[in-house]
Amino acid sequence: MTTPKPTLAVWKFASCDGCQLTLLNCEDELLQIAGQLQIANFPEASSQVIEGPYDVSLVEGSITTPGDAERIRRVRRQSRILITIGACATSGGIQALRNFSGDLAPLVYASPQYIDSLRTSTAIAEHVQADFELRGCPIGKHQLLEVIAALLSHRRPNVRGHSVCIECKRAGLSCVMVAHGTPCLGPVTQAGCGAICPAYHRGCYGCFGPMETPNTKALAARWRELGATDQAVHRAFRTFTAAAEPFRKEADAHDAR
Amino acid sequence: MTHGSRVKVPALARVEGEGGLEIITSGGKVTEARLDIYEPPRFFEAMLRGRRYTEPPDITARICGICPVAYQMSACAAIENACGVTVTEQVERLRRLLYCGEWIESHTLHIYLLHAPDFLGYDSGIHLARDHPELVQRALRVKKAGNGLMTVIGGRSVHPVNVRVGGFYRAPAPAALRALASELEWARQTAEETVRWVAAFDFPDFSHNYEFVSLRHPHEYPITQGRIVSTSGLDITPAHYDERFTEFQVPHSTALHSLLDGNLTYLTGPMARYSLNHDRLPPDIARLAREAGLENKCHNPFRSIIVRAIELLYACDEALRLIASYEPPDPPAVDVQPRRATGYGVSEAPRGLLYHRYRIQADGTIEDAKIVPPTSQNQRAIEADLRDFTATRLHLPQDQLTHECEQAVRSYDPCISCAAHFLDLRVSPR
Ligand code: SF4
Ligand code: SF4
Repeated sequence: MTTPKPTLAVWKFASCDGCQLTLLNCEDELLQIAGQLQIANFPEASSQVIEGPYDVSLVEGSITTPGDAERIRRVRRQSRILITIGACATSGGIQALRNFSGDLAPLVYASPQYIDSLRTSTAIAEHVQADFELRGCPIGKHQLLEVIAALLSHRRPNVRGHSVCIECKRAGLSCVMVAHGTPCLGPVTQAGCGAICPAYHRGCYGCFGPMETPNTKALAARWRELGATDQAVHRAFRTFTAAAEPFRKEADAHDAR
Repeated sequence: MTHGSRVKVPALARVEGEGGLEIITSGGKVTEARLDIYEPPRFFEAMLRGRRYTEPPDITARICGICPVAYQMSACAAIENACGVTVTEQVERLRRLLYCGEWIESHTLHIYLLHAPDFLGYDSGIHLARDHPELVQRALRVKKAGNGLMTVIGGRSVHPVNVRVGGFYRAPAPAALRALASELEWARQTAEETVRWVAAFDFPDFSHNYEFVSLRHPHEYPITQGRIVSTSGLDITPAHYDERFTEFQVPHSTALHSLLDGNLTYLTGPMARYSLNHDRLPPDIARLAREAGLENKCHNPFRSIIVRAIELLYACDEALRLIASYEPPDPPAVDVQPRRATGYGVSEAPRGLLYHRYRIQADGTIEDAKIVPPTSQNQRAIEADLRDFTATRLHLPQDQLTHECEQAVRSYDPCISCAAHFLDLRVSPR
């Protein structure tokens, strides 16, 4: 008898679909993955739904409604391993900017009473336990494939917490801060993208969120020396992973308001 | 179907985002069809207030991972318009090339993996792959050719990093673009086969006399720029959009609805673009469209898969043309200084017209932002179609009706992440 294939479910909360699209963008590997895993629930790709429980759930998006706060608990109960994918799921995403302002619904909707929305956007791990997290807005394809490969061979994924700087050096790029005086968040941002922005002569804008123990204070001081205003430093930390603790604090320290 | 009932499809599959569908009947007649959009709102327009005028391309890209380039392009156009800047011809052409990559990627995804399975009786592209691996492999290869363009020009295909107000951070090397040409040439040929393949599908007999709205350009099939035109003769610049189109909220959707001139339900997207601009297609592509059974207008939403295939072919063709004549913009971006003004930008996302408007202050702070994505504009047309479509099908067994309604909705390729975001069918009695 062959052992049944592990089942995979993909879930979406408040998000842009970009992280799950990364799975469909693994053009060379997708059919192979589909051969090794049973894709049991992936509503954006398939109308077939196989009942849980699931061996692995990939969760995209953040929690922004009371209904979703309930739904994530049901997903957790049905999932043996739960992996959060992307900045939305791991830190609340860009929509966590609402956490720092008043009620936004009246600015967008004429009848905000129809809109059932929480005042905050929060990471999945603030609601249920996440077994592993993949960063990025969007996640990187290589890291996603590594996680899937690791799951299939029952090992821990090899995804490390070092900075974009290390990847940038490894790629042999010249540092945009040293060479052009361009402010860059690379020294405090978690690796995984392959240092794309510096390769395009642009400073990293932190879309993978904070690395392990980032020295944001030293970097902020360096930005100020390069001529960035306090507001610019504030905004840089308060964008795509605004609610991640080290970035939240550093942004607060430069809040001009 | 007994009379006085509700068909409900709770959670539509193979659409981007979260939504459902509800058909309400009374005395055996359809009284209402509702596209319920329960995608949690993310309040982008509110979040943009107080940000720098340079930030919308990166921030609004995050509205939709399937069409981030469309957001970046409409945002850049609007801000440059506010600042009184026109980009160079080279920047404009590179933008168009990047946008072709997104059309290729998005249209291929929809044609092969989301829509074709309906015509062939499969639950998904993945199921289709079990019986017809060659079909799905060729789809993935075409999609990859599109993603390749976005990766070389933008740095990555989801949320490209290389786009900025005024142009690009770095112009790609001509050799890097030329290296993509052979795959694109293959994709172009495959797109031709795709047109013939989808043209042979069995299409439900259904049509609607749409008011189409799209961009129109003096020479090109519209992608990045043009005037806004419609079937009944609308012809305006983007700056006049708000005078003619109004958005309003309905209780069953977190996406705002939109009307033209106060009462006209309209449709944007591939069918509208084709119907209003088929004369801008190169002659060989226009000929193939006719061979594939498309007339000068396409009124059957199920046949939109043929139009998408034609546009896929056009995007491959146009990309090859742009690569052949590529000159790196130097400098890669023009300087854009803020000034106190309001700017308007419209481009053709794979799913239709995408409108951005920004009011900025003299110091570059954004005071106000408005974004109208294609799916929210199309919601009313989709609902009107579903009303007509189900009216003649209420006798069908519930699961068949549900399936046919879902298929109808999928033909619009609704992007509910964009509109706010997806589908769940309920037929409910009143
Ligand atoms: S993390 Fe970024 S790419 Fe991923 S779903 Fe959220 S907004 Fe989209
Ligand atoms: S360099 Fe920074 S902002 Fe750019 S893709 Fe990588 S993590 Fe994201």
